[in-house]
Amino acid sequence: MELGVNSDREKAGAVDELLAFLMHPTLARLVPACSDMHMENPRYLLAIGTKKGLWLATSTDRRAWDLSEPQFLMQEIPAIGIDTREGRNRLLVGVRSEHFGPTVVHSDDLGATWTEPERASIAFAEGDDAAVERIWQILPDSEERPDVVWAGVQPISLWKSTDGGETFELNRGLWEHPDKSDWGAGYGGAAAHSIIPDKQDSQLLHVAMSTGGVYRSRNGGESWERASKGISAYFLPDPEPEMGQCVHKIAADADGRLYAQNHRGVFRSDNQGEKWISIAEGLPADFGFVMLTHPRRSGTAWVIPLVSDYERVAPEGHLAVHRTDDAGETWHKFDDGLPAKDFNVVLRDAAAVDDGDPAGVYFGTRGGSVYASGDEGESFVEVASRLPDVLCVRAAVLHSGGAAG
Amino acid sequence: MVTLVLPTILAEVAGGRTEFALSGVNSVRAALDDLAGRYPILGRRLRDERGRLRRYVNVYVDGDDVRRREGLDTAVAEGQEILVIQSVAGG
Repeated sequence: MELGVNSDREKAGAVDELLAFLMHPTLARLVPACSDMHMENPRYLLAIGTKKGLWLATSTDRRAWDLSEPQFLMQEIPAIGIDTREGRNRLLVGVRSEHFGPTVVHSDDLGATWTEPERASIAFAEGDDAAVERIWQILPDSEERPDVVWAGVQPISLWKSTDGGETFELNRGLWEHPDKSDWGAGYGGAAAHSIIPDKQDSQLLHVAMSTGGVYRSRNGGESWERASKGISAYFLPDPEPEMGQCVHKIAADADGRLYAQNHRGVFRSDNQGEKWISIAEGLPADFGFVMLTHPRRSGTAWVIPLVSDYERVAPEGHLAVHRTDDAGETWHKFDDGLPAKDFNVVLRDAAAVDDGDPAGVYFGTRGGSVYASGDEGESFVEVASRLPDVLCVRAAVLHSGGAAG
Repeated sequence: MVTLVLPTILAEVAGGRTEFALSGVNSVRAALDDLAGRYPILGRRLRDERGRLRRYVNVYVDGDDVRRREGLDTAVAEGQEILVIQSVAGG
């Protein structure tokens, strides 16, 4: 870009002015100002991470939503965790500036103020010869492990916090895995994007990566084994390899059964990833990025199908949510409240469930529309429209006294 | 003294300042180390954990892009100015 100035100092000043204009200081600061959310004692929080900032929405009934002003404007928000364990209302957010790199911040007052530790929460050690590029996943573990938070990162790596998400330690078992040199990058980058700590067995963990597939640890993350058998990889010479699959998202139901939305293919595993079987029959297409499971009811999962990898739009340009209540034997399509036509994709983390009863289902599109359902995905209301590309949404039932910043 | 100038947007992680007079530094690396010691968050905005300048952070010494000189080892002398500019990038 030609700025029409001469000296470096003038150039710096001009760039500064341009960026200052683009990034209004009260919105762009890393410790942003309180936004103008007015809802008192909201029951539900929906956090929306986009290509250009974070929006928070609150509701008392999941039908009428108040939407905040943007925070971290012009910085992408690819990962959000909402930690409501032990009475917390903690937001953990992965922020990435195109210029100044990634970081993790947290807020205990629903976005009124943010804290970034002096020491980076997630950073490779000197000898690792690697640098964090993007935080893809922030996942508070179960109620039984109230201080454990997991993070999935690009380059492909898994991180564990035991202090509620303030500092994380690299999982060396996965980082030094012998398959590592064969893992690749999907279009969005090479990252560990799904982390599934088993609810009952604290030693059992699954992670999924694109590309690489699903890996399982039975010893709390000390060592990892391949767990992708049965998941297809039509783009490889061996269409059913033991590793190398482009798994887009995995999730576990209340009984620990696993579900996968693959790069072509929807699968389930009843034996901790030992073997996967197709559950795509009954869906209009087997491509997509989203896989959600019910927080309490076994056998219930949601997907948002796209036609295929060469036609990444919803069938007939009509976004719809498909739900199974019998672990993929049958699927039901729901589109009440969704637009007649929408040619935008829903990315893997741009969908979420809350732990309400009935469970809420949420998703956002690359066209910047965000939808919420308070009835397990059967009908939706529009929460926001024309935001930047939605990268991540997360929702939670707040503890009483929550007030969004 | 060496003068180091930051973009305004980084002032919030640099004690509210954009200009620093640094003494006892003889390279860009030493200057950035000095600042990172005082402001660790600023340090990682400019360089990743391998110590490399972030891709869209540009540093000039008296008008010369250090990437076209000796990188972070580019020498600085009394009276020179180090200018940190974020490149115009993104969409």
